[in-house]
Amino acid sequence: MLRFIFKRILEAIPVLLIVATVTFFLLHRMPGGPFDTEKATTPEIKKQIEAYYGLDKPVTQQYFDYMKRLVLHGDLGPSQKYFGWSVNELLAGSLPVSMELGLEGLCFALFFGLTAGVIASLRKNTFGDYIPMSFATLGICIPSFVTGPLLIIVFGILLGWFNTSGWFFPRDRVLPAMTLGLYYMAYISRLTRGGMLEILNQDFIRTARAKGASEWRVVWRHSLRGGLLSVVSFLGPAISGIVTGSLVVETIFDIPGAARFFIGAAFNRDGPMLMGTTLVYAVLVVVMNLLADIVQVWMNPRLRFDS
Amino acid sequence: MSAEFPIVTQHAGEIEPGHSLWQDAWHRLRQNKLAVIGGVFVAILSLICLLAIVIAPGSYAKTNLALGATAPSSAHWLGTDILGRDMLSRILFGGCISLSVGLAATLVSVIIGVLYGAISGYLGGRVDVILMRIVDIIYSLPFVIFVILILVVFGKHIVLLFMAIGAVSWLDMARIVRGQVMSLKRQEFVEAAVALGLRKRQIILRHMIPNVLGIVAIYATLIVPSVMLLEAFLSFLGLGVQAPMSSWGTLINDGRKTMEEYPWLLIYPSLFFSLTLFSLNFLGDGLRDALDVRASKD
Repeated sequence: MLRFIFKRILEAIPVLLIVATVTFFLLHRMPGGPFDTEKATTPEIKKQIEAYYGLDKPVTQQYFDYMKRLVLHGDLGPSQKYFGWSVNELLAGSLPVSMELGLEGLCFALFFGLTAGVIASLRKNTFGDYIPMSFATLGICIPSFVTGPLLIIVFGILLGWFNTSGWFFPRDRVLPAMTLGLYYMAYISRLTRGGMLEILNQDFIRTARAKGASEWRVVWRHSLRGGLLSVVSFLGPAISGIVTGSLVVETIFDIPGAARFFIGAAFNRDGPMLMGTTLVYAVLVVVMNLLADIVQVWMNPRLRFDS
Repeated sequence: MSAEFPIVTQHAGEIEPGHSLWQDAWHRLRQNKLAVIGGVFVAILSLICLLAIVIAPGSYAKTNLALGATAPSSAHWLGTDILGRDMLSRILFGGCISLSVGLAATLVSVIIGVLYGAISGYLGGRVDVILMRIVDIIYSLPFVIFVILILVVFGKHIVLLFMAIGAVSWLDMARIVRGQVMSLKRQEFVEAAVALGLRKRQIILRHMIPNVLGIVAIYATLIVPSVMLLEAFLSFLGLGVQAPMSSWGTLINDGRKTMEEYPWLLIYPSLFFSLTLFSLNFLGDGLRDALDVRASKD
């Protein structure tokens, strides 16, 4: 397995290099720049700003400068939108918050999604199936800009259990994590139900039941491993999305997360920030897909590490 | 004829007529009431939206500034928006865009995603490495930049919206199918197929893909809501439907801004969106059951 992981890390290098290079050159084809404002700047000032960010050099020169700083020092450069801040500083301050929120939302989604999916698969095409599945579908249908305020009204204002916004105490995590998790819960529960049904009518399950194994044991020991294959495949890329933050959730609950950088970088034409967020996201994609592949092999003895 | 094929004629009376996978699936699907209701609902809704030009009570574009936003009434069943446009008409016309975006993404993910994932998972080795790293790269590249550049180079065109959505809608499906196929290919029936001398192409098409169709059906219906919302985001960027044209995604986004003053501007488009998703999910689950080749025939 160590060999497999090592190989995948080697494979990640060209992936990141391609992503960085393509993004860098695309960025330079973009119309407009971060310093185009409605108020016209004098050419002299514009020149000075461009010299400060190294934008006056040829593009290939800029590219090699950027890659050198990135590889040697892990330096993502200065933000062109938030003057005086480096991209490293901005992301270091906000990404952990988004990641924590994302992981908590994911735990919520996994717990309720898996439970709903397993229950539904055991009670296929009865009300015990329709009710949890319909509830899960609501998670996709109702957008988070509705569920967020709704949860705030019910649990924050009427019941007074939680603060309506902010990110200070452990219980401040509950409502945002729920809002974020509801959407993923729907995906997880439906994929779980489908995967479980595929396993539950196989011969070895019939054998297990014939031996007198309890329903709990049938699910836990015999079915989940095979039934959750598609959930794991789905989670690889989904986690990368969930931990880089949701702009809607972070705005509603006033959370100092990274979503505004991930979403805003392209709109602000903030080149270094866009490069930074893209690279962080690419690393997450690579790592999470690697994790997903490892978990899949661990869960399914039929699989082996291809090498 | 009979002289040439003696064996066939000899047993013709005894052999039960064969059913293809699709015949079996169709038969089983029809028995599932909820799936049929879901399918019929989506079909009728699509038809109504397609015929919106004929049956919509008004125009999606005609404004009536004197009227403004009004609650549902006998003249305007679902009310009017801030510019006095009839909401029912806007929802029906918008449905055309949203449903076709959903259909396009489903087709792309089912055709490209399933083939790509099955090939990658079955062949394994170096092919798998390259195909999956390409998927990683496409996941990682900043989508918004591409969209903006497409707009700059090609201008606004509705076809480009479909291409942008198609470009990203197959990735998850490819990964899911790959995972399933990797597990399937270790099973005995594949060994048997290899021993019988079937070629890789035949094994992928006849033995791998039919066995993953259940999960494909589920994920194909799950992808619809996400691309309908993606369409709204692309429209916001300028690629996609432009005012006064509408889609469910843009109507929901617009409704959100005024959800406290004029809740019906959010509620009714969301209701159409949700009903469609519910129907699709039941249809997807029914399709999964119907396509489950291992299920006992009953």
